[in-house]
Amino acid sequence: MMVNMADHNSMIVGDRVIEPGNSEKFQTGDWRSQVPVLDKEKCIDCLTCWIFCPDDSILTKDGKIAGLKLSHCKGCGICAKVCPKDAITMKGD
Amino acid sequence: MKQKDIAINGDSAVALAWKQINPDVCAAYPITPQTIIVEKFAEYVADGEVTTEFICVESEHSALTLCTTSSSTGARTVTATASQGLAYMWEMLPIASSMRVPLVMAVANRALSGPIDIHNDHGDVMSARDCGWLSLFSENVQEAYDMMIIATRIAEHHDVQLPILVNLDGFILTHAVERITPLDENDVKKFVGEFKPLYPLLDVKKPVSHNLMDGPMFYYPHKYQTVIGMKNALKVTKDVFKEFEKISGRKYSVIEEYKCDDAECIAIILGSAFGTMKEAVDQLRREGKKVGVAMPRLFRPWPIEDLAKLMKGKKTVIVMDKHLSVGAYGPMFPEIVTAALENDTMPKMYNYVYGLGGVDTMVSDFADVFREVKSGKAKRINYFGVKE
Repeated sequence: MMVNMADHNSMIVGDRVIEPGNSEKFQTGDWRSQVPVLDKEKCIDCLTCWIFCPDDSILTKDGKIAGLKLSHCKGCGICAKVCPKDAITMKGD
Repeated sequence: MKQKDIAINGDSAVALAWKQINPDVCAAYPITPQTIIVEKFAEYVADGEVTTEFICVESEHSALTLCTTSSSTGARTVTATASQGLAYMWEMLPIASSMRVPLVMAVANRALSGPIDIHNDHGDVMSARDCGWLSLFSENVQEAYDMMIIATRIAEHHDVQLPILVNLDGFILTHAVERITPLDENDVKKFVGEFKPLYPLLDVKKPVSHNLMDGPMFYYPHKYQTVIGMKNALKVTKDVFKEFEKISGRKYSVIEEYKCDDAECIAIILGSAFGTMKEAVDQLRREGKKVGVAMPRLFRPWPIEDLAKLMKGKKTVIVMDKHLSVGAYGPMFPEIVTAALENDTMPKMYNYVYGLGGVDTMVSDFADVFREVKSGKAKRINYFGVKE
């Protein structure tokens, strides 16, 4: 079998996925060319970045920003754009 | 229970079959010569004779998109179209087969535009042949009705799970009133049974995702899965034909043969012209000519082995195509040649492209085809009736 081809015998018939929520396994962070960097000194924990992040990459704890989870961050830069205190900046990845 | 014979046109017979099946969902857009199917079925819905959710859509593309989705949720779904309508559905045709939805579609075969022409040929279905749909042909109104019921069973079989086309020749069958013996409605309901979908989208206890992005790793293996489904459909079709014979007394085969056993020269043809050609065969038989005719009732999956068996030992095979792949052949010709390759010896093979855009082809015309081939004047590809 060609190495980059799946075995159809081990696949569900039809173009279906029967395991719910398994897109988490698909590490879309691999696509990234820019990475957000958080400056905790400037951050006021307003959570605006958390609201706007399309990939659930902003971690929170007790209503405060706890860091960034980069496994699914595509580097879109929305968090940096919406931050009122310029606490997030985009750097080359 | 034995039913009384009725006089009915092909489109209404399809609608009658749907009424007896009582599908969960129907979405279709009217197009000549399919229109009567949808009109008639809409009447059944309006009169409360079926419980079908009938959805008016703004186009054929929407019709097939809706039907594909509806079928994937686990609803038994039917639709119908013709010609440009099927062409407009084209984008969704391979998606429906890759999603493995067993929806049933009647195609009132009509020439593809352009030039614009509403009459019968097989340009629509032949242009859709590579899209992974099962395909059945009917010779007359009775068969169009029967195939619709049979198709439901084949498509929904768990070894198959593919959408299916039921072809009936535009006007020749759709609008012509013929005498048929319908089945008892309860017999039909019992025969088709309950639709048991695999992995339906609306099963909230077992959440699933359908029609996802594949990429090179999974695309080809998924295509191969449909190859397996198609292969399985050959046996399933034969089994369903046998079962149908028990309730109807009508015997169907994947290849219908007429006087082929001792024939030296056979023609292979699709649809209503099969009947016309039978009459031509009878005329030539009276003249002592050993001729016969056959129709591949099952067009997809292509029954290669059955066709090879049919052609074994024949001197000449004439392939009658009601569509033209411009710049090449009639579309069925290379497919019949492929089947003939299974045998040790090849017959002489000729292709006749006939009846495009609904040109009437009479018994005497078909007799002429046999005579021309016998006389040695036939070319490999013959544009029948066209002054070359």
